[in-house]
Amino acid sequence: MKLKQNLTKSLFASSAAFTLLALGIVTGFIVVNGIHVIDWEFLFSLPKDSGSDGGIFPMILSTVYLILITGAISIPVGVGSAVYISQYTSNEKIINLVRFISQVLSSVPSIVFGLFGLAFLVFFLKMGWSIFVAGIVLSLMAIPTIFQVSEVTFQTIPEIYKEGCYAMGASKWQTITTVLLPIAIPGILTGIILAITRAISEAAAVMYVVGSSLDIPISIFDTGRPLPLHLYVLASEGISMSNAYGTATVLIIIVLSITLISNITVNHYQKRIMGCLN
Amino acid sequence: MNLRRYSKKKGFLKLIRKEYLIEKGFFTLAMVMIATVLLMFAFVVIESLPAFGHSGFFNFLVGLRWSPDMNIFGIFPMIVGSILTTAISLIIAVPMSVSCAIYLEEMAPAKLKDYFKPVIQTLAGIPSVIYGFFGLTLIAPIIRNIFGGSGFSILTASVVLALMILPTIISLSQDAIKSVPNQFREASFGLGSTQWQCIKYIILPTALPGIITAVILGMGRAVGETLAVLMLAGNVSVIPSSLASPIRTLTSNIALEMGYATGIHYSALFATGVILFMVIMVLMIVSTLCSK
Repeated sequence: MKLKQNLTKSLFASSAAFTLLALGIVTGFIVVNGIHVIDWEFLFSLPKDSGSDGGIFPMILSTVYLILITGAISIPVGVGSAVYISQYTSNEKIINLVRFISQVLSSVPSIVFGLFGLAFLVFFLKMGWSIFVAGIVLSLMAIPTIFQVSEVTFQTIPEIYKEGCYAMGASKWQTITTVLLPIAIPGILTGIILAITRAISEAAAVMYVVGSSLDIPISIFDTGRPLPLHLYVLASEGISMSNAYGTATVLIIIVLSITLISNITVNHYQKRIMGCLN
Repeated sequence: MNLRRYSKKKGFLKLIRKEYLIEKGFFTLAMVMIATVLLMFAFVVIESLPAFGHSGFFNFLVGLRWSPDMNIFGIFPMIVGSILTTAISLIIAVPMSVSCAIYLEEMAPAKLKDYFKPVIQTLAGIPSVIYGFFGLTLIAPIIRNIFGGSGFSILTASVVLALMILPTIISLSQDAIKSVPNQFREASFGLGSTQWQCIKYIILPTALPGIITAVILGMGRAVGETLAVLMLAGNVSVIPSSLASPIRTLTSNIALEMGYATGIHYSALFATGVILFMVIMVLMIVSTLCSK
């Protein structure tokens, strides 16, 4: 009996260890191979010979632009819809419709967003290929995540805070800005970080709308090539494996550091908020 | 009438108007999302109509040949490709991730659990193209050595897809297992069950709807994944003869040819998108039915 118990336990433990090991190998393998490629010159110089030599500065810049554009569009729409659904309307039909639509939107494969971006934004609206168009496409992908996480966060705020605020004569807008949003910010921030990191790791949705040029994008209306797309091109066309490892490592470091820093900030803020409330 | 008298005195009307405008503003934001989905859906469907008209919906679906230069469009091999890669990746990933979730929630020391939760969530954020690159440099050569051929095959793509969806399924199944009330465990142990019996008869059945949702979400990710599969599956549009033969999926079909397609060919890629969308919708409906 005891033996069987121990056997079960070690079986599960080894399967968990194997799973985590496999995931560790993926990141470890790439970082170990790529870390020696990275130096200041790699980070801050232009690519040469279509990326087989030189650095990745334009790609880093494109990715930074994409973070800003995606944030600027998807945060207001995502959080705003969540505020409307959780605070303003009690119409079940609208609530269910918006929830259903956000579910549909979040389950659409990224390449379909790319198709839509190319056919509608680039060709139909004649906006041409640019980082801005790619930003719009990525925002569409980010909105449902931000909406869903924000809505859940608003729902977990106890009614009593809202009622207390109304009782002191505050208007709805004042209640939202002074009471609800500050409490909800850690949750909303988690959703935003999740959505943005997914957006900047996305290559399929942007590959046909961003223009994929190797020049430095001066403004957001220029063509560019974000890091994941650069990695894809380098690796699949076999241009340069060492630069591909370098690009992959930079991408992993960016994504991991955004996640890590935001987790720490959110935890810190949450503790402070909870300290005030108790 | 009363309202109007107050309003003159205190600028009350101004306040009401401001609140009204704010409400309408939020309403507009919520409608933006709905409008986008409708627009996207309409646009993709309209663009796909010429291709469906050219080949006929049924022939498009079950046609075995895809030769754009001869205007023959059949996507059956790609449907098979998408289903096969997804199914094999689930066969690999589900047992691993569910047992990992059970270990972390039910057996692991509390410290280990606290430590691994953020690690797994972080791993879920690793870009899919990184997984593709990993498969290209490490998995494909291994498969090539074992099975021969080019190394770009169903098996390669499935193994990498499995790795990719592991964190998603682990973290969601963990939530499902955590939400099983503690009394259930206590009652089960009180009746003298072993830990394995408790897991098998109490925890798994109770957490099953949550675990199914987790699996379906992982499945959705696997079906919709484009670049990792594009880099690894070999992209030949034929019905495969073995697990080591190359294959093309619906997503990679779009990504491969979008760059240069024109006319009916261009439209056929949108039609592929429509089919892909339908597959995903079916999965979503099944998952809603399962979790009820």
